[in-house]
Amino acid sequence: MSEQMMSMQQALNRALADTLRNDPTALILGEDVGTLGGVFRVTQGLAKEFGAERVFDTPLAESGILGLSVGLAMAGFHPIPEVQFDGFAYPAVNQIITQLGRMNYRSRGVFPMPVTLRVPSFGGIRAPEHHGESLEALFAHVPGLKVVSPADPQQAYSLLRYAAGLSDPVIFMEPKARYWQKAAVDMDTTQSPLGARIARPGKHVTLVAWGAMVARCLQVAELAAEDGIIVEVVDLRWLKPIDEATLTESVTRTRRAVVVHEGPRTAGLGAEVAALISEHCFDTLKAPVERVTGFDVPYPSGDLEDEYIPNIDRILFGIQRVLEHRRG
Amino acid sequence: MAVQNFQVDDAGMPDAEELRQLFTLMVTVRHLDLSAVAWQRQGILPGYAPELGQEAAQVGSAFAMDKAVDFAFPTYREMGVARTLAVDMVAYMATHKATWHGGLYDPKVSRLAPIQAVVAGSVLHAVGWAHGERLAGRAGVALSYFGDGASSQGDVHEAMNFASLMKAPVVFFVQNNGWAISLPTEAQVAGGSVAARAAGYNMASVCIDGNDVAAVVNATRSALAHARSGAGPVLIEAMTYRRGPHSTSDDPGRYRSLEAERIDAGMDPLDRLKEKLLSQGIADEQFIADAWTAARAEEETLRADVMALEPRPGTEMFDYVFTEPTEALAEQRRNWREESEHV
Ligand SMILES: Cc1ncc(C[n+]2csc(CCOP(=O)(O)OP(=O)(O)O)c2C)c(N)n1
Ligand SMILES: [Mg+2]
Repeated sequence: MSEQMMSMQQALNRALADTLRNDPTALILGEDVGTLGGVFRVTQGLAKEFGAERVFDTPLAESGILGLSVGLAMAGFHPIPEVQFDGFAYPAVNQIITQLGRMNYRSRGVFPMPVTLRVPSFGGIRAPEHHGESLEALFAHVPGLKVVSPADPQQAYSLLRYAAGLSDPVIFMEPKARYWQKAAVDMDTTQSPLGARIARPGKHVTLVAWGAMVARCLQVAELAAEDGIIVEVVDLRWLKPIDEATLTESVTRTRRAVVVHEGPRTAGLGAEVAALISEHCFDTLKAPVERVTGFDVPYPSGDLEDEYIPNIDRILFGIQRVLEHRRG
Repeated sequence: MAVQNFQVDDAGMPDAEELRQLFTLMVTVRHLDLSAVAWQRQGILPGYAPELGQEAAQVGSAFAMDKAVDFAFPTYREMGVARTLAVDMVAYMATHKATWHGGLYDPKVSRLAPIQAVVAGSVLHAVGWAHGERLAGRAGVALSYFGDGASSQGDVHEAMNFASLMKAPVVFFVQNNGWAISLPTEAQVAGGSVAARAAGYNMASVCIDGNDVAAVVNATRSALAHARSGAGPVLIEAMTYRRGPHSTSDDPGRYRSLEAERIDAGMDPLDRLKEKLLSQGIADEQFIADAWTAARAEEETLRADVMALEPRPGTEMFDYVFTEPTEALAEQRRNWREESEHV
């Protein structure tokens, strides 16, 4: 039987093992990914199974990890680097933007960059500074990068397998707050790893979310249903490219949309989603697209985390605003 | 000519009274460190990064500072430095309580920069601050703390090169504690020595026994004097050992055995100082016992105060972003208040 109960951390581990098994050029590198198996244990056991040449610890230098990956890709390998926490992708941002994102372009296609950068992402774990940040808007803005985030173990397995098979660089944002929740995973699923996914069908309003916010929106949908509001939840999955067709199809039916994300509001990915919906659904929309997001503030310390991350109440308020909106 | 080495004479050796003070501080730090781990287990702190075993390196180096003019740039593990500088420890522990990332102490008054979670994040700041002191005609020296792991970061190369070219008054104080989470120094530092790298920057450097507090005080005093005199930066590599886990969420059993730990750790820096004090007649058993009693009393008060530490008001999320907030941010603040008051 191919369906198994597992946590997202286990599903990712399984996807990495299957990738290493099927792709002899695949390599895993990063801080503490070898002997320790990563601080979140996502690479647990892989160094043992596949050897220290294919799964290796690097010195503590993120720019080094990404720069090395670019060079390995130029040599024909398929690196799957990990940066330990989202906030520590910043020291690598120069390599990510100036090299990883444009080597294929610079070399006129001679050096494609099949690099899958795994980034434990987003907040919700009361961690120290920079151990919980939302970098999707930054990455999505960079030409040459694709960006994806799984919301549950099934997505984690399918999307990582798929992303690791691409010949373009993918930033793979793992919602660390969801690492330990278990769900059934079908390793041979026929569900497409492309585009968005309707996580819960509805009819009065579309909630658009990704990563850890999908689970929260599903909770909101449950609560709203008690009041007779039937909420549709779209798990965007791919943050670049964004699946415009699924968004359009959903909002054309519901005629109202709320986009939810943890990252700051200004120039956040919600602005892009709202713009796309406005472009495609201008005539059917009953209200402006609402954004329920983090604030334009540095990600706060644990005590204030729940005040920062969109909570159920704030999402419900967002839904209320689009439902009560009257066109002039 | 390249400064191949930094000659440290014994001029800065602590005297008997200072050794007693150092012992008292080290006991206080040790007890507080062990207690903070216990507080984490009791649910008082969400996490903590123990400095266990690094008391001599931390207390000794901070003890050598001139608090009137010098300034220290810590990582996340410098509790012993903070305590030696007499930082308000409730305000310090606020970072581990998840109250405020940088801690709640006033860094300017405390002579300790905000707690830094980014490995090697502050090494260049120390150089910039030090250069600024020179430009302003002040006598301050920056003490830049970082680890063996941090030495791999590109910023550290930039910092050392800048500092040496500018003759910035900086002391790079590297605590080589053998580990960066699961990676041992052998797999981190090519050539095995961070101090050796200084030669390439034409910078003075010295490798010391970081578990001998007198040696740490002495070397740091000479380095501070060298930097203060305008002769340029100094790198001190203090060899020590991370006796505990990387943090309270780490499990060292996955990458090192208890047997290896026992061998590599060597003699406890606190026991070493105690033996020295007793054998040289600098202190007696009563003095030692009193130091522990005082440490326990301090910890009890502190624990109560840390437990009583309330979350900061949510408005502070918005209030420290800018000196002059934007209208958009002010609006987010208003909306946040309205929506959170409903709850
Ligand atoms: C830029 C950056 N990358 C990764 C991390 C995660 N991390 C925190 S501490 C640490 C190891 C640091 O080792 P070292 O510099 O030797 O200091 P020590 O922890 O031994 O005091 C790592 C990898 C981080 N905080 N910052
Ligand atoms: Mg270390």
